[in-house]
Amino acid sequence: MKLYDLPDAQGHFGQYGGTFVAETLIQALDQLKAQYARYQHDPEFLAEFASELKYFVGRPSPVYHAKRWSEMLGGAQIYLKREDLNHTGAHKINNCIGQAMLAKRLGKPRVIAETGAGQHGVATATIAARYGLECVVYMGSEDIKRQAQNVYRMKLLGATVVPVESGSKTLKDALNEALRDWVTNVDNTFYIIGTVAGPHPYPMMVRDFQSVIGTECLTQMPEIAGRQPDAVIACVGGGSNAMGIFYPYIPYENTRLIGVEAAGEGIETGKHSASLTQGVPGVLHGNRTYLLQDEDGQIAETHSVSAGLDYPGVGPEHAYLKDIGRAEYVSITDDEALKAFHECCRIEGIIPALESSHAIAYATKLAPTMDKDKILLINLSGRGDKDMHTVSQRSGLSFYCHPECEQGRMSAQAAQGTTKPLVRQ
Amino acid sequence: MSRIDSVFAALKANKKTALIPFITAGDPSLESTLPTMHALAKAGADVIELGVPFSDPMADGPVIQRSSERALAKGMSMRKVLATVAEFRKTNSATPVVLMGYANPIEAMGQAKFVDAAADAGIDGVLVVDYPPEEADDFAALLGRRGLAPIFLLAPTSTPERIAHVAKLARGYVYYVSLRGVTGAGNLDVSEVANNVAAIKAAVPVPVGVGFGIRDGATARKVAAVADAVVIGSALVQTMFDAPADEVAARAGAWLGKVRAALDA
Repeated sequence: MKLYDLPDAQGHFGQYGGTFVAETLIQALDQLKAQYARYQHDPEFLAEFASELKYFVGRPSPVYHAKRWSEMLGGAQIYLKREDLNHTGAHKINNCIGQAMLAKRLGKPRVIAETGAGQHGVATATIAARYGLECVVYMGSEDIKRQAQNVYRMKLLGATVVPVESGSKTLKDALNEALRDWVTNVDNTFYIIGTVAGPHPYPMMVRDFQSVIGTECLTQMPEIAGRQPDAVIACVGGGSNAMGIFYPYIPYENTRLIGVEAAGEGIETGKHSASLTQGVPGVLHGNRTYLLQDEDGQIAETHSVSAGLDYPGVGPEHAYLKDIGRAEYVSITDDEALKAFHECCRIEGIIPALESSHAIAYATKLAPTMDKDKILLINLSGRGDKDMHTVSQRSGLSFYCHPECEQGRMSAQAAQGTTKPLVRQ
Repeated sequence: MSRIDSVFAALKANKKTALIPFITAGDPSLESTLPTMHALAKAGADVIELGVPFSDPMADGPVIQRSSERALAKGMSMRKVLATVAEFRKTNSATPVVLMGYANPIEAMGQAKFVDAAADAGIDGVLVVDYPPEEADDFAALLGRRGLAPIFLLAPTSTPERIAHVAKLARGYVYYVSLRGVTGAGNLDVSEVANNVAAIKAAVPVPVGVGFGIRDGATARKVAAVADAVVIGSALVQTMFDAPADEVAARAGAWLGKVRAALDA
């Protein structure tokens, strides 16, 4: 096992990472660094974190052998790490608990978060409710339209959801707005970033909180499969679920680490979110990393059927793992992800998140090329309940709702010239 | 002596405060920027800060955000900003021009290539909002080699250690962010500014400019009592946006002239 000890004290992973923020945020980051350094290895903090994960989240999440699907594919054995079974339905809650525990210790009564699909917003609102913290979630107005159910969920949990109207009105703009809030309210506010991006110490800290995923697998795989996997596969947007499962496996050189990005409507169409496979290094949101951008350094608008992968950057540690060749990064289109989504529902009785469906889709391509005694471990990072609307729409179906809403939709469809059949639940 | 240094030396000799207007290059139109720069110089601008629009202006309030979006929609780019300054220099060799913006358009061009192009265009200083001193050693050295000033931000939250770090790297002037917030916010506390600026002046060998939250002659005058320079951006950008298309430069000049008069009164 090779020694891997990154980031350095300044938060650099090779040339990536760092602290690229305005002076106004430096003190808050220094305070966070000091606080995290104090609690990172503190037995009492870690015991509380473990207890929260066990009793509030329901960890450890199981590793499940998808036998039927593996047999049908006729190659490597597929194992799923069931993060979809966590409270709130995805891996996001692991990190939110860790950061909310730090917020409490820093005496900050208010937490803010950015969210794209709404999963991180829901997880933040959940833990804020449990800890009695004020919670404000920034969300692009385009995403609010697409994710109405998660917006309502956050409101039920007591959070204020602020629509962001600037830029492309999506996740990257929500992150900008959350940073602006933080600069303004830095004395009483803790910013809970949802992924392994942002300025140091966020990429390291979020990775550490999420690495519970991979650490559990290190114990679970020998129990269920008799050994560690030949490859670990995870989807990568910002990259927190992937870092969470990859990180403990970095020293296991016989285990390939494969990150799956969103190829959207196809790499060649330009409508994708594949930062690592198609981007070039640059600086955004506090760190240097691979970015989708134009020749003039303006950040590109991205696309993916899964809002959680729809981001023009990626965590800096992934950029580093790519450059040193320790991890491989590939991409899967919207259509391929949807196909895997439906197969997972029908073959294994599991409705996966569209994000996770990208990882599954790649596994279904890779498995048949491998021997039956090979093992693939896939991070099933979230469940697909939130995606019912997107998937049904893509299938040309809509849900039935009450008459007033139905009327509104009919007239909207008439206005767009689409009259698709309605399905009654 | 650099253009920025001579301007501040002359102001000091006359016991005057520098007035530094900020405008976004390319807003409200690509054509408005050059005449507006000339109008500002004529109206008493001692240095002009020219904003390079970026798709993700994290440290800016709504006025500058919208202004950047408009400029990008019109097709403004780093190369066009540099070309505009080169054009300005054909008839004005006295007024220093400082580029203010974000890191990525510079990274996309390459730091060294950008510095050469900026120097060739006649730019005097560069303020990159998201290059704090700990990430700016190499960039500051590149700028220094071509005689350009790295301009740094300092904040109410900057510690004495950080002020000392900036003191080592800074040339031209430092830009003190007068409030906790984004550009154009409204909660300026002048007495807090006075205390902090005094501490920074004692530690930093270059003049101290104050910005964020200054919106008219009256606030400028209050801040001028303690600062070497006042920077004024959002209010001017808004004035330009509100002006009829053919009067942008004239309105900008008239507006700045009033601030100049209040400062010098």
